Amino acid sequence: MSTTVSVSQPAERLPRLVWGAGLLLGSLLAIGLVVGISVGIGDMPIPLSTTYAVITNKLGWTSFELNRIHAAIVWDYRLSRSLVAAFCGAGLALAGAIMQSMLRNPLAEPYVLGISAGASTGAVLIVMLGLGAGAVSLSMGAFVGAFAAFLFVALLSNGARGGADRTILAGVAASQLFNAATSYIVTTAGNAQQARDVMFWLLGSFGGVRWPDLFLVSVVVGLGLVACLCYARVLDAFAFGDEAAASLGVNVAQTRIVLFALTAVMTATIVSMVGTIGFVGLVVPHAARFVVGPRHARLLPACAIVGAIFMVVADIASRVLIPQQSLPIGVVTALVGVPFFAVILYRLQRAS
Amino acid sequence: MSIKADNLVWKIGTKRVIDGVSFEAEPGKLLGLLGPNGSGKTSLLRLLAGLKRPHAGRVMLDGQDISSFRRRAIAQRVAFIEQHATTNANLKVIDVVKLGRFPHRTMLSGWTREDDRAVNEALERTGMSGKRDDAWQSLSGGEKQRTHVARALAQSPSELILDEPTNHLDVQHQISLLRLISSLPITSIIALHDLNHAAMYCDRLIVMQAGWIVASGTPQDVLTQRLLREVFSVDAHIETSPHHARPHIHFQR
Ligand SMILES: Nc1ncnc2c1ncn2[C@@H]1O[C@H](COP(=O)(O)OP(=O)(O)OP(=O)(O)O)[C@@H](O)[C@H]1O
Ligand SMILES: [Mg+2]
Repeated sequence: MSTTVSVSQPAERLPRLVWGAGLLLGSLLAIGLVVGISVGIGDMPIPLSTTYAVITNKLGWTSFELNRIHAAIVWDYRLSRSLVAAFCGAGLALAGAIMQSMLRNPLAEPYVLGISAGASTGAVLIVMLGLGAGAVSLSMGAFVGAFAAFLFVALLSNGARGGADRTILAGVAASQLFNAATSYIVTTAGNAQQARDVMFWLLGSFGGVRWPDLFLVSVVVGLGLVACLCYARVLDAFAFGDEAAASLGVNVAQTRIVLFALTAVMTATIVSMVGTIGFVGLVVPHAARFVVGPRHARLLPACAIVGAIFMVVADIASRVLIPQQSLPIGVVTALVGVPFFAVILYRLQRAS
Repeated sequence: MSIKADNLVWKIGTKRVIDGVSFEAEPGKLLGLLGPNGSGKTSLLRLLAGLKRPHAGRVMLDGQDISSFRRRAIAQRVAFIEQHATTNANLKVIDVVKLGRFPHRTMLSGWTREDDRAVNEALERTGMSGKRDDAWQSLSGGEKQRTHVARALAQSPSELILDEPTNHLDVQHQISLLRLISSLPITSIIALHDLNHAAMYCDRLIVMQAGWIVASGTPQDVLTQRLLREVFSVDAHIETSPHHARPHIHFQR
């Protein structure tokens, strides 16, 4: 036995913990910074220091004299919007990382399950048929649609026993079906203005979000992150497939159901709030894996952090790329995501 | 320390892949599983490892039905090496071997000295210490196979089940792997295709054909000219080796 190798004796662990805490703190600061920058950008630019002062005032820590309008814009509109963007990015990236690991497919993301397609159908039904009123019922429709798609995929892939490839195929089928349903409803039931509204919503927008949305999404994504971290080692054990995981003592069927339900809840919450935003779930886990490696105890927090930053930056881009106009957020993420997708495909091809 | 199969039946659709198999693995010994392609070796090993449930009959671990164990409890004592297992994750050798400690750790427990010891010993025994930080994707087929064996040893099993572990290995590593496994004080069941290796290293042999056991016993008893012709459709001459006193098979050209 060699005596030179000692992977993690307690004495060597402390510096690693300090490193970890430092990295976490640094990442949170980075998120704070991009959120601050994001809050400053818009028709009325607001300096970072003002944003900071508004926040500390509202928290009751300070009492600076501030321009009322600035304070209202920061607090009532832009801050909640930026924070929602951060949580949505974190949630979508987490969901993507989990699906890629569980399905052992590098191209998997929440949308592969057809969840976003289901959510769209639900929302469009509400809008076009004029059921209920306002944003609340639209969100409810999206939520119900997302879960309908989830159940559809679960049934089609034969519950948890179907295996990874079948789940992906079932997801593709679900996407096709629900997208077709959405198109059918839009073309037959709506007028031109409604169709435009729906299109805009489908491509994703942080425009309408406020504090209650932030409360909901932060709870769902926060609990989701904690739950995922509890499964970090289990996800590691899936590296060689379902059977290898089972032979290591993982209850594969139960883990599948729990983690897929978790990704479904996170995705449905996010889609129902801000529409369908593609490619974050695909791009971010790969970027994070590239930096911190494949082990989930690090990968999952890294995904949450990178996802949050990516989404806030995408939100900034959506507002500054074209003056006087904001692009749908899904357009921005796809513009970044598609080239990245191409790079992944290229690298996969070379590896095999 | 013992595995017993009691009249196992396992079906795919209406096809009986395993059709009434009973045997007992002797504690601490190496049991070889022989048979042509498609005879049901892999299927039987999966049943023994508790990865599939038999449609009839049962697998007993120390006299207790394996289906009454929790998955984790099985994994704490039975290690299984699949015939083909690979990953597209960018793991290092050490990460893969560490997976073997999974069933022994709880959600909150940290990495202990005992875990470290098991992993290092497993790497040492399989000759993979020097490659511990190499990427999985960069390994040769044989090195991947040895890493799997190291992972299984790190699991500190009392029963070890191996499905053709010598595939891809060069002669040196085939011999050293078989020597290692036959020297372990644990109950091992190994599916093999090389009859001479089976004769040299296994304490007992089971020969399968179409889901049945057609012969079982010591290598001397099992490996006969007639069996080789009937089961494997080869003509061979068998003699007792003057070097190791086990049967040696000369295949006819
Ligand atoms: N998923 C499946 N669907 C249909 N038939 C299957 C399936 N898996 C195995 N079989 C059949 O079960 C039989 C036993 O297969 P098994 O893999 O156990 O054979 P084996 O003895 O391990 O073969 P090999 O030496 O090639 O590894 C074969 O006839 C095979 O065709
Ligand atoms: Mg086999």
